[in-house]
Amino acid sequence: MKPAAFQYSRPGTVAEAIALLSAAAGSAMPISGGQSLLILMSLRLTMIDMLVDVSRLPELREIRDDRRHVFIGATTTHATIEDGKIPDPSSGLMSRVASKIAYRAIRNLGTIGGSMALADPSADWPPCLIALDAEVSIAGPDGQRWEKAEDFVRGAYETSLLPAEIVLGVRIPRRKSARWGTCKVSRKSGAFADSMAVFVEASDDGPPRAALTGTTSHARLLPRVSQYAQDHSFLDAGDLRAVILDDLAELVPDADPYQLRCHVATVSRAITEARSS
Amino acid sequence: MTITHLTINGEAHSQQIDPRESLADFLRERLNLTGTHLGCEQGACGACTVSIDGMVVRSCVVLAVMCDGRKIETIEGTRNTEPMDIIRRHFHEKHALQCGFCTPGMLMMARDIIARHPEPNESVIRNQLSGQICRCTGYAGIVAAISSAAREIRDSAQ
Repeated sequence: MKPAAFQYSRPGTVAEAIALLSAAAGSAMPISGGQSLLILMSLRLTMIDMLVDVSRLPELREIRDDRRHVFIGATTTHATIEDGKIPDPSSGLMSRVASKIAYRAIRNLGTIGGSMALADPSADWPPCLIALDAEVSIAGPDGQRWEKAEDFVRGAYETSLLPAEIVLGVRIPRRKSARWGTCKVSRKSGAFADSMAVFVEASDDGPPRAALTGTTSHARLLPRVSQYAQDHSFLDAGDLRAVILDDLAELVPDADPYQLRCHVATVSRAITEARSS
Repeated sequence: MTITHLTINGEAHSQQIDPRESLADFLRERLNLTGTHLGCEQGACGACTVSIDGMVVRSCVVLAVMCDGRKIETIEGTRNTEPMDIIRRHFHEKHALQCGFCTPGMLMMARDIIARHPEPNESVIRNQLSGQICRCTGYAGIVAAISSAAREIRDSAQ
């Protein structure tokens, strides 16, 4: 359970970090909390020649609140969000999601940007940020770009990040009188989700958004469920179940009966929680 | 090799550290601080819990080089300190350990739980302890010890 040898560097700026990643041509990885990456390296599931320590870069620690959005720097830890130490655009949803990630000792180091960049298929932040309609800020050799969370995550451990790009942070719209619900099924508290759903709807702009993870692939928006919630202020349990199964048939065609039951349960409970709040 | 400056249990150390060395291995192999136990070495069991700048972490999933400039406290550093002495006494009285392998991590976590939840009920304690694995006690004694230690610490602060 020891990682293979690798080089370590701690650049002082984002530009230096990008230059190091560029020069390594795909054999280097940024590291901040390392709470998933170091375990993957210790288990020899991934081999990396160089770790670029971005945990102390000031640009990645920024928190900005311009009333319409909150920008959360990539190296903000789960524990910081759990404890409500930064402005919250989500009326409590993010604190609740953070509090259920792994264990406190992991949450003290693990970061929101790292969770997005690694894109574990069962990680908690991708469905939460997709449901919140967040955008990911990315810096690379060609400058800075934004990408919607739902487009950023592409597959299991797969994102739109190029080898020399790093996540700077996420920008989350503040939505008026937002209601939300979330439900996570895992074999024990702190374990990765077998299924996790997040549902967000607001009275002002944009339709409701339901997102699901815990599939064999990656976190997704559930388009039919979101539409159904928009069209129905009162839910019919049977109709909702049928709509969820429709989305699952397309997004998770390989799901077994147990997984289907989990997904139907978490999505239904997330919406029910939002509607009863 | 990278020169790393660490404060461990109040003492300054500067060492050449191999990047692949975990904080746990550094503490145990270089400094002989073997109170930090290694169970799973993959962040699952909690036996290696220590604190960095006052936050509990799992030292098996922390690189020692990344701790440059940080203050580390291990179980050895908690000797004759409050409130750990109170927690330790309650662990003894409530039979919160048998083989003792998980105990250093349990104590570090117990202190953190009490600091964040001064009046923890059983469900809070069990939830917060869910990342610390004990194969002897069935947890009942540990939960009771944390609960009664929290009460004594709360009462003595008033």
